[in-house]
Amino acid sequence: MSEVKFSKEHEWITLAGDVATIGITQHATEMLGDIVFAELPEKGSNVEKDGTAGVVESTKAASDVYTPVSGEVVDINQAIVDDPAKINEDPEGAAWFFKLKMKDISELDSLMNKEEYDKFAKESSS
Amino acid sequence: MEIKKTSLNKLHQDCQAKFVEFAGYEMPIQYSKGVIEEHKFTRSHAGIFDVSHMGQLFIYGNENLTSDLEKIFPLDLKNLQQNCSKYSFLMNEEAGIYDDLIITKLENGYLIILNAACKEKDFEILNNILSKKYKMELSNDRALVAIQGPKAVEILNETINGVKHLTFMTGDWFDYNGQKLFVTRSGYTGEDGFEISILNDLAEEFTKSLIKKGAELIGLGARDTLRLEAGLCLYGHELDLNKTPVEANLKWAISKERLSNGGFVGSNKIINQIKDGAKQIRVGIKPEGRLIAREKTKIFNESELPIGEITSGTFGPSINGPIAMGYVDKEFSKIDTKILLEVRGKKHPANICKLPFYKKSYVKGVN
Repeated sequence: MSEVKFSKEHEWITLAGDVATIGITQHATEMLGDIVFAELPEKGSNVEKDGTAGVVESTKAASDVYTPVSGEVVDINQAIVDDPAKINEDPEGAAWFFKLKMKDISELDSLMNKEEYDKFAKESSS
Repeated sequence: MEIKKTSLNKLHQDCQAKFVEFAGYEMPIQYSKGVIEEHKFTRSHAGIFDVSHMGQLFIYGNENLTSDLEKIFPLDLKNLQQNCSKYSFLMNEEAGIYDDLIITKLENGYLIILNAACKEKDFEILNNILSKKYKMELSNDRALVAIQGPKAVEILNETINGVKHLTFMTGDWFDYNGQKLFVTRSGYTGEDGFEISILNDLAEEFTKSLIKKGAELIGLGARDTLRLEAGLCLYGHELDLNKTPVEANLKWAISKERLSNGGFVGSNKIINQIKDGAKQIRVGIKPEGRLIAREKTKIFNESELPIGEITSGTFGPSINGPIAMGYVDKEFSKIDTKILLEVRGKKHPANICKLPFYKKSYVKGVN
């Protein structure tokens, strides 16, 4: 498993072989509040870097989920669709969103590492 | 314009509130527990709501004031007893709603609780219709604190002895630390509870005393999910100048005595609409599955023809599912009618359902 990387849209991503696992960050869930609905991309569909790949809704509002890299959706986490509260409980672990077979692994290069993301998140919320 | 703060602002900060701007005020949207926990706590224990941004309008006068207010509100104010409250509306000639409000008869006049965003305009409208004949005060020195939930009566009665004898939609003056508080048994969550009008200087200490007894501060986020589960309208969403009380399905709030003779602003329109029926009407809506349909979501019939629009939609924590209210053409307003909601470009099935979503637990009595 590769180092965890982060996007400015508050997604996290890890890579195993050429399959990336993507979810939303702890910081994102704290900003959103209680999540009560999740919509994920369809298995087998193709998503493009920085395009929308799902929706989460809190009691207050709906927010798009973006994918930080391009690829084919090879798996989705049905458990968070059935029980969206799981996203607040363990956003950077059990509550991953979807897995992509990546087309171009170099797309990871432009993403932030943990330290850079923590700094970014702190600045963007203050 | 500088953002306004209520007298409980410091307490909200101390309790880790997340703030939003609401009607020109810095108000807590939620505290550290979050909307769902706050909602459930109110339904199972007692939640405290800072509603000091709402208008507290005192109008002083006697029988003449009562007759003049009957030219404005569709209420039988002559037969309203002192310290009794009614839900009503301020309307224009077309029965469009400027504001919805609670009016209480006092010994020397009336107290009207107005929505924060409307209160200054309401003051002007009322003062003009009343030809500035009466002394009117939109209070700046009083906070308004609500305590709601099954434990509200026990907790508040420990602080203000005697409030437990009030019944739903009645109020009275009580002593607290040498000052007078006006307490009504009312609220906007569907739970039993009270609203306390208290001098700003005493509000923080008073609220802390309720917290000490086990009540917790609740933000506007949960206030919205609570009122929506209770099927209650929110001004600017279910109600505005383009809606009438008949369309809003609030006919029950218009006194029968007043419908026969009219004589209040908007009465012609209301009497006609009751006779001929309104084109659209407010209904409860339950999306199938977990999908949330927010305000402005378009509503279609099963043949995919447009029939209306959602005015409020969220997740109901006590229902454990999505809920909404909206307006649909009358012929599609029957309970269990199948409808479609267009969310993010796709049409999803939903059903018209009975309001409220969550059974109210008001403590009614003889009055």
